[in-house]
Amino acid sequence: MYIDQISVFVENKTGRLAGIMEVLNKAGIDIRAMTIADTADFGILRMIVDNTDKALEALKADGCTAAVTKVIAFTIPDVSGALYSVMGKINDCGINVEYMYSVMGKVSGRADIVIRVEDAEKAVKVLTENGVTLICKSDLCK
Amino acid sequence: MNYWNKEIECAPRSEIEALQSYRLSRTIRRVYENVAPYRQKMDEAGVSPDDIKSIADLSKLPFTTKQDLRNNYPYGMFAVPSSEVVRIHASSGTTGKQTVVGYTANDIDIWAECAARALVNIGGTKNDYVQVCYGYGLFTGGLGMHYGAEKLGATTIPASAGNSLRQLEMFRDFGTSIICMTPSYAISLIELMHEKGFKKEDFNLKAGLFGAEPWTEEMRKQIEEGLGIKAYDIYGLSEIMGPSVSTECEYQCGMHICEDHFIAEIIDPDTLEVLPAGQQGELVFTCITKEALPLIRYRTRDIATLVYDKCECGRTHVRMLKPQGRTDDMLIIRGVNVFPSQIESALLSVDEKATNYLLVVDRVNNLDTLEIQLETRPDMFGDGVKTLEAYTKKVKTVIDSAIGVGINVKLLEPKTLARSMGKAVRVQDNREIKNKFEKK
Repeated sequence: MYIDQISVFVENKTGRLAGIMEVLNKAGIDIRAMTIADTADFGILRMIVDNTDKALEALKADGCTAAVTKVIAFTIPDVSGALYSVMGKINDCGINVEYMYSVMGKVSGRADIVIRVEDAEKAVKVLTENGVTLICKSDLCK
Repeated sequence: MNYWNKEIECAPRSEIEALQSYRLSRTIRRVYENVAPYRQKMDEAGVSPDDIKSIADLSKLPFTTKQDLRNNYPYGMFAVPSSEVVRIHASSGTTGKQTVVGYTANDIDIWAECAARALVNIGGTKNDYVQVCYGYGLFTGGLGMHYGAEKLGATTIPASAGNSLRQLEMFRDFGTSIICMTPSYAISLIELMHEKGFKKEDFNLKAGLFGAEPWTEEMRKQIEEGLGIKAYDIYGLSEIMGPSVSTECEYQCGMHICEDHFIAEIIDPDTLEVLPAGQQGELVFTCITKEALPLIRYRTRDIATLVYDKCECGRTHVRMLKPQGRTDDMLIIRGVNVFPSQIESALLSVDEKATNYLLVVDRVNNLDTLEIQLETRPDMFGDGVKTLEAYTKKVKTVIDSAIGVGINVKLLEPKTLARSMGKAVRVQDNREIKNKFEKK
């Protein structure tokens, strides 16, 4: 039901992102979804990969600060207003969304969304009750 | 040439030394009788007050360090009962405990005398308007110069530090002619002048006393040109008195020490041997008129040189050249004394695992900057920005309040900081004036 997301601390200097991609490439990791949050001083790279354990191991061996967080992913029809409808339901229940991003690699007709919320259990309940299809770990990861 | 106290300031060396000898032997007798830690130190060294007859006997006496003040916190080194003490000042210490100093009414008067001499040294008279822009409070800068300016009979403007725009307005409106502040504050006021459209011609400034932190000849030039004044160096430390232990005269060739009140020596910081005149080493002071806290052979940790040559100004008191560094790890950041150990204990109180850090000191546009670099760990990190921002904010708040000066917190990736095989390098000082004494 939940998906493992890897967060990596990235110092704000040239070449760091390329360095991390190199590490993942060497480990044969496929990135399925990603986003970067940046502040004036540093960035956080968040991603969902096909093999979390292996990616984590490679990153830590390279000396990166990385941590795993549980997030929720769901799929919606690729039509205008679909995301609004889901977010409306989440909002109605007073669930605060910390951040949200989309999965890369499009399947025709659908859009895959990753969210991180304060109350994950409640969010899962709201989504399933409203007929939103959750994405399982096996859909994204090996 | 004007003097505040010509008879003393221009006395022949033989007379100064005779006066010092007389005052030294009396002071030693007094501290032996009234200050238990000194009695113990002297007994251990096998020296009795009878052995100290002149300044030639000074080297028989044990040294005093900041640690002695800390061990006897707060009043254990005082030589008079509290009923005689009229004022307390304090400066930051290494372990959170402050260094506390006290003054009798007579001490305050002598301090004012020294500060008045400092102002006359740089051309001050009772017709001047002296704006004191050092902080008022436990720091000795503000009140020290304040009493000196009043003693001189000048019009004293107790502006204290901060509120920079108003400082400039007072320069303009109050006819300020002499200013006292840290050199870095002067530089920031000059920047504000340009920003707000003030010109030096708007002011009536003629001279300033700048101290409490190291500064360069380049800064002197910048201040002199920026404000249209002559900029003079002033030295002091609360343990001995406060500002005006020594001050430059108009020839700007070293600071005359008030030798009728303080005996200066230069020692080798390693062997503790007294060095011959003209050699660079650690500056040591003995107070010979102080009543409340007469420190004996106090090790300042400042590296300086004493010059006994005759000065053009006619004053015979020895000059000390601008301190060239320190023998301990104390940093002076924008005039505030900071010990790396204070920062470390503040940091560890927030995060006991944050044992790998680096302090980076720099001077940007003539203002000191202090940054602490920390490596991130998965456990302090969660998944994001909020956790880390809250972490850096907390570290900053706790360190700022521990050291009294703003620090910038920078997070690094793990294993970015160099690992040392021996003693870890915790401080990187990129400023032109280094704090550390590098032996030739």
